Amino acid sequence: MADQKKGKISRVAGPVVTAEGISPRMYDVVLVGELKLMGEVIKLVGNKTVIQVYEDTSGIRPGEEVVDTGAPLQVELGPGLLSSVYDGVQRPLPVLRDKQGDFVSRGVTAPGLDRKTKWKFTPTVKKGAALEGGAVLGEIPEGNIVHKVLLPPKAKGKLKNISEGEFTIEDTIGELDNGTKIQLMQRWPVRQSRPYVDKLLPDIPLVTGQRVLDMLFPLAKGGTAAIPGGFGTGKTVTSQQLSKWSDAQIVIYVGCGERGNEMTEVLTSFPELEDPKTGKPLMGRTVLVANTSNMPVAAREASVYTGITIAEYYRDMGYDVSLMADSTSRWAEAMREISSRLEEMPGEEGYPAYLAARLSEFYERCGRVKTLSGNIGSISVIGAVSPSGGDFSEPVTQNTLRIVKVFWALDSKLRERRHFPAINWLTSYSLYSPILEDWYRKNISEDWNAVRLWAMETLQKESELQEIVQLVGSDALPEEQRLTLEVARMIREFFLQQSAYHPVDTYSPLKRQYEYMSAIRKFSEHAKKAVSLEVPLEKIVSLPCRSDLGKLKFEEAIDQDLKKVSAEIEKQFAGLGV
Amino acid sequence: MGMAKEYHTISQIAGPLVFVERTEPVGYGELVTIALPDGSTKRGQVLDTSDEIVVVQVFEGTGGIDRGSGVKFLGETIKMPVSRDMLGRILSGSGEPLDKGPPIIPEKRLEIIGSAINPWARDNPREFIQTGISSIDGMNTLVRGQKLPIFSGSGLPHNDIALQIARQAKVIGKKEEFAVVFGAMGITSEEAQYFMKDFERTGALKRAVVFLNLADDPAIERLLTPRLALTTAEYLAFDLDMHVLVIWTDVTNYSEALRQIGAAREEVPARRGYPGYMYTDLASMYERAGRIKGKKGSITQFPILSMPGDDITHPIPDLTGYITEGQIVASRELHRKGIFPPIAVERSLSRLMGQGIGAGHTREDHRAVSDQLYASYAEGRDLRGLVAIVGKEALSERDRKFLDFADAFEDRFVRQSKDEDRTIDQTLDLGWELLSALPVDSLTKIDRKIIEKYHPKQKK
Repeated sequence: MADQKKGKISRVAGPVVTAEGISPRMYDVVLVGELKLMGEVIKLVGNKTVIQVYEDTSGIRPGEEVVDTGAPLQVELGPGLLSSVYDGVQRPLPVLRDKQGDFVSRGVTAPGLDRKTKWKFTPTVKKGAALEGGAVLGEIPEGNIVHKVLLPPKAKGKLKNISEGEFTIEDTIGELDNGTKIQLMQRWPVRQSRPYVDKLLPDIPLVTGQRVLDMLFPLAKGGTAAIPGGFGTGKTVTSQQLSKWSDAQIVIYVGCGERGNEMTEVLTSFPELEDPKTGKPLMGRTVLVANTSNMPVAAREASVYTGITIAEYYRDMGYDVSLMADSTSRWAEAMREISSRLEEMPGEEGYPAYLAARLSEFYERCGRVKTLSGNIGSISVIGAVSPSGGDFSEPVTQNTLRIVKVFWALDSKLRERRHFPAINWLTSYSLYSPILEDWYRKNISEDWNAVRLWAMETLQKESELQEIVQLVGSDALPEEQRLTLEVARMIREFFLQQSAYHPVDTYSPLKRQYEYMSAIRKFSEHAKKAVSLEVPLEKIVSLPCRSDLGKLKFEEAIDQDLKKVSAEIEKQFAGLGV
Repeated sequence: MGMAKEYHTISQIAGPLVFVERTEPVGYGELVTIALPDGSTKRGQVLDTSDEIVVVQVFEGTGGIDRGSGVKFLGETIKMPVSRDMLGRILSGSGEPLDKGPPIIPEKRLEIIGSAINPWARDNPREFIQTGISSIDGMNTLVRGQKLPIFSGSGLPHNDIALQIARQAKVIGKKEEFAVVFGAMGITSEEAQYFMKDFERTGALKRAVVFLNLADDPAIERLLTPRLALTTAEYLAFDLDMHVLVIWTDVTNYSEALRQIGAAREEVPARRGYPGYMYTDLASMYERAGRIKGKKGSITQFPILSMPGDDITHPIPDLTGYITEGQIVASRELHRKGIFPPIAVERSLSRLMGQGIGAGHTREDHRAVSDQLYASYAEGRDLRGLVAIVGKEALSERDRKFLDFADAFEDRFVRQSKDEDRTIDQTLDLGWELLSALPVDSLTKIDRKIIEKYHPKQKK
């Protein structure tokens, strides 16, 4: 860290410290007080520097020293990120525990990447190659993937030499002819997005295995989604399901202001999970950033940036990354808290006026891109929003909805009914469906979209009919409409409800989703014919194939069962004379 | 601590705050004593410190302080003495003995602010606590290390629910050292008496540490009380290996005190005048619950919060709900029907339930039974609205069964007496009994195998 400058503290008010005698740049990292607490410059006024400190400032007094490190908050990027568990400023939590025990105390630094581990590096470029920033230099096996070693984005030149072998992240593995030494590790400032060549159309779905999401409200690779929901609507379980099952190679989970005990569940459940694709531990492709609600507020504010920067690094290798930010509301609250400590003029509901700008900056860092090395990589961001009092009109939710393309509306009414995932099929939406149509047609089935539309229509009709039923009861409806209600009930209870805890039901491949919905549709079509032939509805709904459709999702042999039941539908309706 | 210099340079006194000029450098959060002209002393804490001025918040209120009062900065943040002998003691809201017993001889002096537990050091809370109350055990299961508040309202029997839990809570099949830490903030002396009597009657006081800040005690002291209680709890749990249940009441009174300080400092308020940092402040206390890998003890928190105007979207319950692992909501409707405990099952939630139930914890059918009870109760409750319009006669046979089920659920499952301690088996069997009145094919939340094993009429 070049050019250290020293100054003195003149004021301490909670996490906001004012110093004099240094002239740093905005967002430079400074070390505060005798304990050398980490902080970041957030305001310059006259000769005063205002610093937000990432740790508790109790006992810090005016007159203590402040050191400007001359560099902004940055993360270390290199092999060893996967399987790591970090706090909001990339300090590895297991290392902190070894150093200082069960409670996080202050002034402890620990580098993000381990300095001693040796990595087996195999170059994929030859001496003399002319290299641009972001070029792939070679490969390292890391966790469940191949870690591509990249030339830092700003470096450029002819490769003077490069070596194969086992290296630590600080060893020199090669050199450019301009004298630039190359290491396995590079640093990047978290508040700045990493460069790429081009943004591409997000026309491939991110498959999650969650039926309501994939079938009705799909997210594209490189897309953005928001999961709002008051507390207790199952947001956390849904986001964990996504991390576990989505078909991104890399999963970044940012627990921003999370509950300690729930973070523990993530921290203990992830290492136990098997990656369905490789059979290896899921942690081998996961990075966890955990900043619980009682950890310092400034580090909570930084945690989201730490996460997205790591995501960009793996994107640049050509991977599909999914980043879960849980919750962006806690992040916004951290901004609000710091802003109010700075006595800034508040915007709506006390949030800073720059809330919308910060949110959109963050979401803009995702997308499917052509990387500097010519590969294609993506970052899909799923941001959890926790509107206060379940009120969607509050600023964080509203500003988020203006940006994201998918809205998975968690609903407390559904939760009360134990309809899980409690995603409301009437208020949710996905703007990616039209872009993704081609992909489904080519990869799953020609009539995927027809099946999807049929399901949506049936659910929509149900909600209209429900209003009448509320007034007059379902017996007053004609048979055909009562059938619609029955079919919609099947879609809801059989298809949309999915148990995260059931070993079979927890993940449903696209093909199976399609077959399942098609079977329900088949039932519906036969039933419609039956109704037109004046078969009583009671007889139709008590057909064994109807209840079999509901039960089969818990069976090991579900795919065979689906075929059997599908055949049964025809047989049993034939029995009714259809 | 050395001799601290005494300053007589107070420049302003406003509400609970004292502003002191021309001091040597003073640390943020430092403990302060103020000597009054009448010879008494008050204690406070540094809220803002700079070369020019130091802002002190005075816990016992600023009454009687004048410009000439002597201010000493003690050079350290607030610490409290802790010891095993605190069990059985009744202390004030700032930790002074109220029971005429001897002073606490410290085994340790601990910072009351407390550090965050490293998330990596936390152990998963998964041990089922049987409270003996069906609506909690069966539907909103509590586990060791959880923080589960009661969201209540004025005039509802939340204290009785808390006391019943304190009396009955146990982990089945285990005999371990346990303790109750009780922190009262701004409750009336009558309420305090009610708690104390029950503790004495049941012998629980011997295993309890009580901190009392009553309604007429200084409001600012309320900011201290829960932190003293939680620091004590941490000592008992993680130094002395005890399983500690912390009951603190009332979170609303605490938050009012926080707002008072914010207003006195002329801070920019967030929602409804509460400070913008209230979320972080509440989290710094609620998050002091949990388990730590390799340690025997645990801290389970049971805060009581009365919702102003029964409004669950009020900032206090709202922010609390984002930090705690669920909530038990007391229902005025059930209370009016004469049902005790009036727990609104449909609005309550335990987020850690999934980890503490099922085979090996409670019973393999627990999840399914509870999901089915929830769903069927919700369906029955919906029908009540319909009945009000069209009458019961217009309902189908199936619907009528659901309607009756909802009534039976409230009357038999939720309702129990204050000393009725149901085992989890009794609770689940009762659930099955109620469910067996419904058509079997409507039990869609339950696996076929489980129905065949447990359903009273379908058992094979």
